[in-house]
Amino acid sequence: MWIARVLAGLALAPALAPAADADFDRLMSALAQHKHGEVSFVEEKYLALLDRPVESAGTLLYDAPDHLEKRTTRPKAESLVLDGNVLTAQRGRHKYVLNLQQYPQVVPFIESLRATLAGDRPKLEQLFKVDFGGSFEHWSLELVPLDTKLAGAVKRIRIEGQTDRIDTVGIFEADGDRSLLRIDSAAPQ
Amino acid sequence: MTRSGVIATLVWSAGVAIAAAIVASAHYTTDLSAFLPRSPTATQRMLVDQLREGIASRLILIGIEGATPAERARVSLRMGQRLRSDSAFLSVNNGEPVGVERERELLFSHRYLLSEAVTPERFTVAGLRQAIQDSLDSLASPAGLLVKALLARDPTGEMMQIIDQVGNGEQPPITDGAWSSRDGRRALLVAQTRAAGSDTDGQEVAVAKIRAAFAAAAANTGARLSMSGPGVFSVEARRTIKSEVMRLSILSTVLIVLLLLAVYRSALALVLGMIPVASGALAGVAAVALGFGLVHGITLGFGVTLIGESVDYSIYLFIQSQQPGEWQRSLWPTIRLGVLTSIAGFASLLPSGFPGLAQLGLYSIAGLVAAALVTRFVLPNLLPPRLHIRDTTPLGTAAARMIRRTRAPWALLILIPIAAAAILYPHRHSMWNRELSALSPVSAADQALDALLRSDVGAPDVRYLVIVSGSDRESVLRNAQKVDHQLEGLADAGVIGGSESPTRFLPSEATQRARQASLPDAAQLRERLKEALQGLPLRPDRLDPFVQDVQAARTQPLLRRADLEGTSLAAGLDALLIQDGREWRALLPLRTTATFEMDVPRVQSAVSAAAPAEAVVLNVKTEADLLYSTYLSEVLRLSLAGLAAIVVLLLLALRSPGRVTRVVTPLALAVMTVSAGLVLMGQQLTILHVIGMLLIVAVGSNYALFFDQRAVDPHPGAIPLTLASLVIANAATVLGFGVLAFSRVPVLSDLGSTVAPGALLALVFSALLARDLPSPEATCAR
Repeated sequence: MWIARVLAGLALAPALAPAADADFDRLMSALAQHKHGEVSFVEEKYLALLDRPVESAGTLLYDAPDHLEKRTTRPKAESLVLDGNVLTAQRGRHKYVLNLQQYPQVVPFIESLRATLAGDRPKLEQLFKVDFGGSFEHWSLELVPLDTKLAGAVKRIRIEGQTDRIDTVGIFEADGDRSLLRIDSAAPQ
Repeated sequence: MTRSGVIATLVWSAGVAIAAAIVASAHYTTDLSAFLPRSPTATQRMLVDQLREGIASRLILIGIEGATPAERARVSLRMGQRLRSDSAFLSVNNGEPVGVERERELLFSHRYLLSEAVTPERFTVAGLRQAIQDSLDSLASPAGLLVKALLARDPTGEMMQIIDQVGNGEQPPITDGAWSSRDGRRALLVAQTRAAGSDTDGQEVAVAKIRAAFAAAAANTGARLSMSGPGVFSVEARRTIKSEVMRLSILSTVLIVLLLLAVYRSALALVLGMIPVASGALAGVAAVALGFGLVHGITLGFGVTLIGESVDYSIYLFIQSQQPGEWQRSLWPTIRLGVLTSIAGFASLLPSGFPGLAQLGLYSIAGLVAAALVTRFVLPNLLPPRLHIRDTTPLGTAAARMIRRTRAPWALLILIPIAAAAILYPHRHSMWNRELSALSPVSAADQALDALLRSDVGAPDVRYLVIVSGSDRESVLRNAQKVDHQLEGLADAGVIGGSESPTRFLPSEATQRARQASLPDAAQLRERLKEALQGLPLRPDRLDPFVQDVQAARTQPLLRRADLEGTSLAAGLDALLIQDGREWRALLPLRTTATFEMDVPRVQSAVSAAAPAEAVVLNVKTEADLLYSTYLSEVLRLSLAGLAAIVVLLLLALRSPGRVTRVVTPLALAVMTVSAGLVLMGQQLTILHVIGMLLIVAVGSNYALFFDQRAVDPHPGAIPLTLASLVIANAATVLGFGVLAFSRVPVLSDLGSTVAPGALLALVFSALLARDLPSPEATCAR
């Protein structure tokens, strides 16, 4: 009996939102087409501690499958390079190298964007409960970390975009702080 | 047996028993620093201490190859876990964040004592505004995550400052959670042993533990282990020296036994002939153990050479005593003089500042004296009334015929010096190897592995080191702080790549107090914050935790060594801050820049400006080579003194400058030929070659004296037997040293490749230049 129910459940699950699921797959494969991308960004951080948001700007660079670079140009020059699992931060004369495996709390911040850029649906679903909303033309991804320990830092991440383009990445932290990264699609290629 | 014979035998037996007891309880070492100086300059003493016990001496670099990257990382993590729980290791690093939590907590709670940015200016309105503005800027950046968590308590960013201070430069990349080489082919670990590098036993235990940890962690993975570091080298060297000494002793003993069996055709004669050899070796080791407290492995290796030389005495006794009365009449006095010349030669090593060389000298003297005395006073008593050995007259007759056939032997006197001068003169500057590594038993392959692992790990190769000395921890730390400040200036100017200092983990108490004194009280700080934060998006009341922390820091107990216990900071500090008896030393290793050779005088003058009397810059390799070079000169000087002593001794004994010249000339020719030959073959000469030449003179003097004796005391009947005994004795010596020439230990092979050809040449030249050798045909016709 229970086998039948499980089978029915498996069969029914995708049937609940066949259109959305198809659009999600379409989005993922469209994103996966982009092997290289360079865009400029503006990021605002809203911190409970501060009276007004702090703003930074720079460029984002992506090379498939796992190279991601965030070059901040203001207010302070700093770069953050992610290669595989190694995160290198350069700030003035100082350089910090850390391994993602050692800092699991950083993983959601990074993989949400990287796996999305890579169009890697299995990776996203391995780390987050993923809710696809809207349509391929105007979509949103709502990501909630599956690992409850990590959820301690990041409550949810909301990525919005149009077709194969990402417009904003919003990160909502558990303590109420949040940040909004806006990507300028007319960025230098 | 005569009464005196009985007494001699009893004395000998007692001596053997005592020597055996001493030898059995002696301590043996193979630490090559025994070949380092005893009473050098202060700088050199620091250098030797560093080589023996410093940070660099405790480092073991571990590479794991083969298998898959993930498997290698797993092996590394398992090994790390096991080794960290072992007290034989001060620290084991493979990239795992071990103890990071506790360490972070410790650093954070002492941030106002540790941060070099804490000054009175930092806590003025302007200073606070600047520091907080910086933190807010970082907040916007990717590293903001870390800053944000600390902002309310640490708005001036002292924690980031401390992380910069103690961060140790570039680290290897991490693959699957553990360090790997940049080319991704090896997993890497760095272990620091509790045992000093000179403690070979302790190092051996550590190496064995690493092997065991690897074996347990890598079962069925196909991974391979490689290890490097001074401790590993000394363990390896001891193993090599042990096995070489064993192997070579056995080999040369077998060869000499075969030779003697072929000559004597008598097992009894063979056994008897070995008695002086064994007695000599025993006496030599016992004398060294008594005189030095411990016996070096190389000295034992030298024992091999003594087999070749001391066996000669019994050969002379057995063969020449076939001529009745010969032994007492002319043979013993000649041997006695030969032994005395050898002693004069080796005695020149005794005052050497090189403990290893002094050991060799004492060993040889004791060994030769014992072997000669046993041959003279004990052996004759043990001989059966008629010892049947093969008649070696034909051998002697043939040798004599060959000598007589050689035309114009006097041409050697002109040709050899000219040829030797022609070969040696152009190499006069380059023929000596002045690098300490010339004596190193570490193979080129192992040195290459070491260089590879070192660059993988980014371990400092501790070539340049500033050492600050003092009588207590506090004063050393204070001076180190001043020096460190200068070094930071040099790093900014690009003169050095960077430096480390114990004061970054543990500032002096004075500095900690000064930092506490720069902190304003709560009321003052609130007042200043109000002003400093104007226009910034941060309200002063948000920083209450900061005000409280600063308030607490003003009176918090100072950070002490004990507080660091159990963190990697403790290991870091212990490596850089050392107590040696009543002396304290801070070590500040310098990193070179990638592009420039370090401007050492500039570093020295900057360092001297900070602490003129207490700090020195040590260029480890230059200093070590200088040291060795000093010893090479010393050995040369001592050897010349030894030669002079030999000449004086011969003058006293022979009372004829002409005879002395005839004895010394063939030896000088042999030494010239060997030196020229070695240089011609591209060999650079080391201290051991010099010792070898001393040995050529010591051994060769026996031959030359025999020919001299025969020339002044013609006794035609004895000629063939004298020649035969010399040929056989020489063959034994050449075999003994020849075997040594094939050793993998440079110290031993240098010696062998010098003495084996040298001894042969000494005999040949002595024979060719012998005056008026009576015709052996006359003997045969008799």
